[in-house]
Amino acid sequence: MTGLLTSAMADRGSSLGGRVATGGVDISHRGILYLESISVSFDGFKALNDLSLTIDAGELRCVIGPNGAGKTTMMDVVTGKTRPDAGTAFFGQTIDLTRLTEPEIADRGIGRKFQKPTVFANHTVFENLELARKADKRVWPTLRAKLDSTAHGRIMAILETIKLVPEAGRLAGLLSHGQKQWLEIGMLLMQEPQLLLLDEPVAGMTDDETMRSAELFRTLAGDYTLVVVEHDMDFVARIADRVTVLHEGHVLAEGSMQQVQENEQVIEVFLGR
Amino acid sequence: MTVGFMPLRHANGVPHFARGASGPAWIALGVAALVLLVVFPVCNLVVPPGSALHISDYWVTLGGKIMCYAIVALAMDLIWGYTGILSLGHGLFFALGGYAMGMYLMRSIGAEGVYHSELPDFMVFLDWKAYPWYWRFTDRFWYAALLVVLVPGLLAFVFGYFAFRSRIKGVYFSIITQALTYAAMLLFFRNDTGFGGNNGFTDFKRILGFSITAPATRMALFVITAAALLGFLLLGRAIVRSKLGRVLTAIRDAESRVMFSGYDPLWFKLFVWTLSAVICGIAGALYVPQVGIINPGEMSPANSIEIAIWAAVGGRGTLIGPVIGAAVVNLGKSWFTQTLPEYWLFALGLLFILVTLFLPRGIAGLWKGKAS
Repeated sequence: MTGLLTSAMADRGSSLGGRVATGGVDISHRGILYLESISVSFDGFKALNDLSLTIDAGELRCVIGPNGAGKTTMMDVVTGKTRPDAGTAFFGQTIDLTRLTEPEIADRGIGRKFQKPTVFANHTVFENLELARKADKRVWPTLRAKLDSTAHGRIMAILETIKLVPEAGRLAGLLSHGQKQWLEIGMLLMQEPQLLLLDEPVAGMTDDETMRSAELFRTLAGDYTLVVVEHDMDFVARIADRVTVLHEGHVLAEGSMQQVQENEQVIEVFLGR
Repeated sequence: MTVGFMPLRHANGVPHFARGASGPAWIALGVAALVLLVVFPVCNLVVPPGSALHISDYWVTLGGKIMCYAIVALAMDLIWGYTGILSLGHGLFFALGGYAMGMYLMRSIGAEGVYHSELPDFMVFLDWKAYPWYWRFTDRFWYAALLVVLVPGLLAFVFGYFAFRSRIKGVYFSIITQALTYAAMLLFFRNDTGFGGNNGFTDFKRILGFSITAPATRMALFVITAAALLGFLLLGRAIVRSKLGRVLTAIRDAESRVMFSGYDPLWFKLFVWTLSAVICGIAGALYVPQVGIINPGEMSPANSIEIAIWAAVGGRGTLIGPVIGAAVVNLGKSWFTQTLPEYWLFALGLLFILVTLFLPRGIAGLWKGKAS
């Protein structure tokens, strides 16, 4: 067992090693995600207002801000759910996100975790990961698909990473809240993404689960680029390389957690002074 | 060494977690095949009418009819039970398959109609001198068989493409399908449409040269219908146990996650929707020669709703459930319409309420509940 698992892990490791440098996304200028002057309005309400944001490959960026600051809308724009009224969104140097559909964007390597954990409740944990796995996802190949040993090894490796090996055969709907969150992250990892967008990944988790999530995210950073939207400031302080503060649809401040916390404007917005 | 790893796999590479009992299901399928393909024909054709083992023609016709309904319920379950899309217009696809077969059967009457014309009686009545263009080649069985598959298939594909591309879901989709079958019914009611108006097609004489009322022909149709039902059960099993089947259920449970996992739900929905329509069309084509009539009443909204009831009563999301549901409801219907005709709709309504309240997973849920 150990032999097979280590080889699977090594396999994953090597593919991870290559990921940041290659994989279809041109990150020759360090940046993996470029949002420039993005504006989105809903019935006159400006959800995003001239938002510009650059994320470097391999970093773990936390995005914070009060309710309605535009955090979720920003993720909607990146994943193709919402089209911006103005501005550009590029994945690496070449991929224009505003021209792609949701499945196409997912296929290019952007994985998204929703605020509310969404897993396939009537499938087992194993099957959830199997469905998410990077593969030819058109109808006919999916009908003919057989699970080979490489795929099996990869699923087992991810199960190890998200610590759900004992739950592999359980229906995902029966998992605890925290386990569902991890399963969803596992599903994102199965897609071999370059960039992971995580919307409040530790909301509703116990302290212990939050600690383990922080560990997990720190392990993933570097191999993957992570953008985490979170309200829990202790959690943000523990994991973030850099923090971006959003307010009323644009960037208020950016820097290390400490820099951000000392920023006058941020203090004003958050404490209402 | 291999403890944690190997038990997770079957020998054939299917994950161990693929659920569903296999052994008993295969035995049940074998018994069903034996009864329908051997016992029924022998007891109807060989055993003399006086014998206690004789199965009368009445039961052969009723059985054949119910199996056609069972195929429709199975098709409904693929789209509703497994994919979560409730169609209230499946009667349309059934009727279109029936009409395509009906055209061939009308042509086979030849000059034996009331007016002794090569044209069907309703066309003579309308004073038409020749067949309209869309009746061309329908005197050939293979062409009619092609229409049985293509007409419902193409209509479903085009309608489904626009509906799913516009992301029409849930109750909106159901209402549109209901409107679709209603509109088609009104169209077919018109005499000028060229399908016999409200009388539809009837008085068939023969199929492929065989007398359509001969016991052997009826039994042949029964056996073909049984084989089709068993075949579609196997096809359904292959689909729902494939990775594609798991994607369909995933679309039902969390469509946005399916999309963000890189699948385009449009093509998956369209695949199962079109397949479902084609299966319905084939069921309709098998139904018409056995029942001897097809008219626009088959497209009435109530008929399509009844199909959904069969699936719900039998158990959505199982393959055998809809088959049981179609059988139970239709056996009940034929009993009621003979003994207490005016109470049938009340009984159907009551059945639906009782099943919804006490058996949310349908009759098939009784087994599953015990097993798990």
